[in-house]
Amino acid sequence: MADAQQQQRWAQKEYAALAAQFHPRPPIWPNVCRAFLVGGGISLLGQGLITLFQALGLDITGAMTRTSLALLAVGALLTGLGVYDEVGRFGGAGAAIPITGFANSIVAPAMEYRTEGLVFGLSARLFSIAGPVITFGILGAVVAAALRWAIVGP
Amino acid sequence: MSFAEGGRGKGDRSGPPSRTMTYLWAFLVGGLICAAGQLLIDVAHIPPAHTMVVMVCAGAVLTGLGLYEPLLRFAGAGASVPLTNFGFVLTKGALSGLAKGGWVGMLSGILELSGTVLAAAVLFGFAAALVFRPRS
Repeated sequence: MADAQQQQRWAQKEYAALAAQFHPRPPIWPNVCRAFLVGGGISLLGQGLITLFQALGLDITGAMTRTSLALLAVGALLTGLGVYDEVGRFGGAGAAIPITGFANSIVAPAMEYRTEGLVFGLSARLFSIAGPVITFGILGAVVAAALRWAIVGP
Repeated sequence: MSFAEGGRGKGDRSGPPSRTMTYLWAFLVGGLICAAGQLLIDVAHIPPAHTMVVMVCAGAVLTGLGLYEPLLRFAGAGASVPLTNFGFVLTKGALSGLAKGGWVGMLSGILELSGTVLAAAVLFGFAAALVFRPRS
């Protein structure tokens, strides 16, 4: 009797392991297509803003900077309103990689943890994802710049 | 950012062909960078936050190779909107800092161009997190 139960338990475990192997495969190509569309769409919006700022008399650099600022504001606002969660659910990396996703990665954790206080809750959590991005960005920039300087020169 | 120095002269035929084409390339390049990110998440099983880190580093590497400025000229927002551009701005600042003031110049140069976006991100993020409440 105990033996049979043991055996059943084993079978269940084996089945669970087997099922886990097959179950959580994400549908890769639909995901990639959605990421492409959402990421391309946000870039298209950015291009529209660049054109707008250029029409207002800014050079390309100034127009790109202001476009980044505008998209940061849009990303922060949409995250606060809970809309960007939906964009992220649909677009995956297409929502995470544009600069609006950077704003989302700053606002979303800070919003969740504001109950822990203004200092260790909100302010510290602003950087829970942005911190690593900035850290590795600076590390990468120093290595890339130093290598280019050493090999190619100024 | 000196990629603008080359300029978009009115009669410059080597530059980006037309506004319509720039929109097309912006969509394609921006979409492709994000599709590459999605592949990293789904195929290589790299978590989304790590993928953002990878993208910034990829931007730094491409800038070091001298490939990101041509991409920006060519694809406009398709290259300036994804996080790879953050790696570009950091590396570009580091390089112009190196040229101006050696190693110390590099350290101050890194945040010179990227400072705008960083300061804005912190300010907007703080304000939004203060004003809005989480849904759940």
